[in-house]
Amino acid sequence: MDDLISDFLTEANESLEVIDIELVRFEAHPGDRPALDKIFRLVHTLKGTCGFLGLGRLESLAHAGETLLGRFRDGKLQVSGEAVTLVLKSIDRIKTVIDGLGATGAEPAGDDSDLITALEAMAMGAPPPETSESEPEPEPEPEQQVEGYDPVLGRALRPGEVSTADLDAAFAAAEGPVDFAPASLPEAPVPAPAAETRPAESVEEDSAPIAAAQSIRVGVDVLEDMMTLVSELVLTRNQLLQINRSRSDDSFSPPLQRLSTITGELQDSVMKTRMQPIGQAWKKLPRIIRDLANELDKKIDLVLEGETTELDRQVLEQIRDPLTHMVRNSADHGLEGPADRRAAGKAETGTIHLSAYHEGGSIVIRLRDDGRGLDTARIREKAIEKGLLTRSDAEALTESQVHRLIFAPGFSTAAAITNVSGRGVGMDVVRSNIEQIGGQIDLQSTFGSGCTVTIKIPLTLAIISALIVGASGERFAVPQGAVLELIKIGEGAEHRTEVIEQVRMVRLREQLVPLIDLGAELGLTQALQPNFVMIMKVGSHRFGVIVEEVIDTEEIVVKPLASVLRGISVFSGATLLGDGSVVLIIEPNGLSQRAGEMPQAARRAIDAAATSDEDAKIERKTMLLVRVGSGALKAVELGQITRLEHVPVAELQHLGSRAALQYRGKLMPVLCVDDDQRLKTEGVQPMLVVAGMLYTMGLAVDRIVDVVETPVTIELSPTKTGIIGTALINGRATEIIDLDHFMIMALAEHSRTGPAVQAAQTQEAA
Amino acid sequence: MSVRDYVTVRVGGHLFGIEALSIQDVFYPRNITPVPLAAHEILGVLNLRGRIVTAVCARRRLGLQPREAGAPEPKAVGIEVGGDNYGLIVDQVESVMKLDSDELIPPPDNLPQRWAEIIPGVFRLPDSLLVIFDAPRLLTAGLQLGVAA
Repeated sequence: MDDLISDFLTEANESLEVIDIELVRFEAHPGDRPALDKIFRLVHTLKGTCGFLGLGRLESLAHAGETLLGRFRDGKLQVSGEAVTLVLKSIDRIKTVIDGLGATGAEPAGDDSDLITALEAMAMGAPPPETSESEPEPEPEPEQQVEGYDPVLGRALRPGEVSTADLDAAFAAAEGPVDFAPASLPEAPVPAPAAETRPAESVEEDSAPIAAAQSIRVGVDVLEDMMTLVSELVLTRNQLLQINRSRSDDSFSPPLQRLSTITGELQDSVMKTRMQPIGQAWKKLPRIIRDLANELDKKIDLVLEGETTELDRQVLEQIRDPLTHMVRNSADHGLEGPADRRAAGKAETGTIHLSAYHEGGSIVIRLRDDGRGLDTARIREKAIEKGLLTRSDAEALTESQVHRLIFAPGFSTAAAITNVSGRGVGMDVVRSNIEQIGGQIDLQSTFGSGCTVTIKIPLTLAIISALIVGASGERFAVPQGAVLELIKIGEGAEHRTEVIEQVRMVRLREQLVPLIDLGAELGLTQALQPNFVMIMKVGSHRFGVIVEEVIDTEEIVVKPLASVLRGISVFSGATLLGDGSVVLIIEPNGLSQRAGEMPQAARRAIDAAATSDEDAKIERKTMLLVRVGSGALKAVELGQITRLEHVPVAELQHLGSRAALQYRGKLMPVLCVDDDQRLKTEGVQPMLVVAGMLYTMGLAVDRIVDVVETPVTIELSPTKTGIIGTALINGRATEIIDLDHFMIMALAEHSRTGPAVQAAQTQEAA
Repeated sequence: MSVRDYVTVRVGGHLFGIEALSIQDVFYPRNITPVPLAAHEILGVLNLRGRIVTAVCARRRLGLQPREAGAPEPKAVGIEVGGDNYGLIVDQVESVMKLDSDELIPPPDNLPQRWAEIIPGVFRLPDSLLVIFDAPRLLTAGLQLGVAA
């Protein structure tokens, strides 16, 4: 395809997205002059470029739309819902034509006179097209008297066109402060669109000159190639490190360490180039909600929060559709009509709140609506009707278990099939899409007051941290995100397995967790020495996987399997380990499906154990236990920790009593948790890395003891700074670390020692 | 005349030809990681210079006897199909022959379907027949089913 055309397509699609958003905003706030000016300018530029490229169909459409927008701007026409709908319709038509252009390289044939006539009629202020000519022309310009002839263009006007002079005047009025006079425009009959495009572009450049200079367009394939190369580099680095570990002399260690750091930083920066704000996936939502609100006769307020939260573009592509689907669902099923809302004592306008934020190595997306919530009784009935459950089983389910039924395939509670949803392809597709990318979806609903769906997805799919385990003599990689905890079973271990209703289970803190044997599931041999159980959680399904050994944790680069192997649901890919061998990556969802198949009786036993725990209503949290100084064990919620690091003490930089570390290209302050704590002087220093909004800090500990999932009731008794209070964990009084306190200290440290340490480094270098 | 290069390989005593253009490399398949639940013909995956290669056993694919103990180390013919790297494990890679593709004799009609789909034809050599493989189909056709869950 022509370079010009392909550039135009990219640009046009971007502009159209912005126009969509701005139009919806403009409709809500008709007084929003900057929004209108922006729309006008974008449509105008689009029209100009189309004219320049000889795309007549697009040009006429854009032109008619522009004329109508011009009327709004001149205040000659009141902004109305119909008018905006009409403009949106023509934008949609433009999109269709552009899609056709993208597919074939030429404008598809078609007739737009319907829209153009409607737009013109609307511009003249009269709904039926026939009356448009009788409307007196308010502009007293001489050109207008010669009907349909434009002296600047030197030809008759095309359908939907306004004279160049008219437009120039209108356009000059839109750009008040910019210094170009309409008089300076060439009077000679040059092609009008080109002459018009110039000033429009220069205006845009004036308003954002810095942004234009600091970014360039790079093809996605180039970025993908870079990512592949970096992945290879990471693998090679891992290999080198492994070889070096087994060597007796350490002359390679310093340069290798440096290579390792640089590789890590390179990986980070390449990852960054792939990062895109999640707002990209939300761009279409305001328009969708507006259209839905009209169609369903509801009042809906869409609140977006955290649009700048960044994630890998591959992940972004994968969640775009599920998110749109969920928002549609909320608008259609979730929110009530104005009358029902008033009756329920709520504001007429329903709110859909979509937010995104980072948490550890994941991104959390939360969709909240203040609608009617899930109707537990109706879902139960529906599930029985669809034959998903027997009546007695359905009655036995707890409320939250019933809610999860909406994720079952073919389930939809919409009483009628609307244009929007209710066709039974719904939340199950959303769930499988989310799970495909290693994400998790959860749902909380209160009948009458709304529903919240929480999605947790990994930031990137390319590189993940994994646990390398051994079963039946083979090694497998298990994504760490899916592993809640690792427990030891077998001879002399704290946990024992038992067989209940023919299903092997382990009793873990009063709950029964069903077990599967990894080797046996994969058709290999059953574990001869069942030593460890990985407690895994997929969605709401918790199960244990028996393995013989736990070998290592490693950052692995995910490589896809060949097509002949992709049908095997328990593997998501393969990776190369440091020693050069290939290891298969376990897909937690695939295992979950296998673990889920068990007799009803066994399931009831598990549920019974779980319910008794649920009744206690104590919040369970995954806590990281650490040993610091001589006092009591300390704990911190695992979710708040970004990474655990073991840093060679030589890499720590000391400055008086303070310490800092060069971490991923930035200087990171390292704090002590306890006053009587000493940083290590040899070997490695374990530390918790906590990433805040703007900076990262390291919290030095003496030893990382354990990770436990436990009910936590914190008794607030701040005996000392940096401790929120104490809680009973595994029967021992444990102090809970106040991370906020340390973040504030780190901030102070950041602004103070940062430059000082750097200065000290410079001196050393000199 | 349209002369093409064919690489001849030996599998279970039989000689087969594969179009040379489809072959990327020839290597010794070592350190194969078995893939549980995969089709019987798939021996596993291995690492070839940073790429993950799926190893498919030609003997199993053709329903021949397994290799005798003490036989020389098998070789693999590297072929890319649909962006994936495969290695066809054969007993021996023999030579390269120049043959006129116009002289390719289509397989007889009575050839069983599972053979017909992987054999586009046969060449008549002075002293024998050379069966040609459609390597991409040989590697992938029908294997997806396997015993996968």
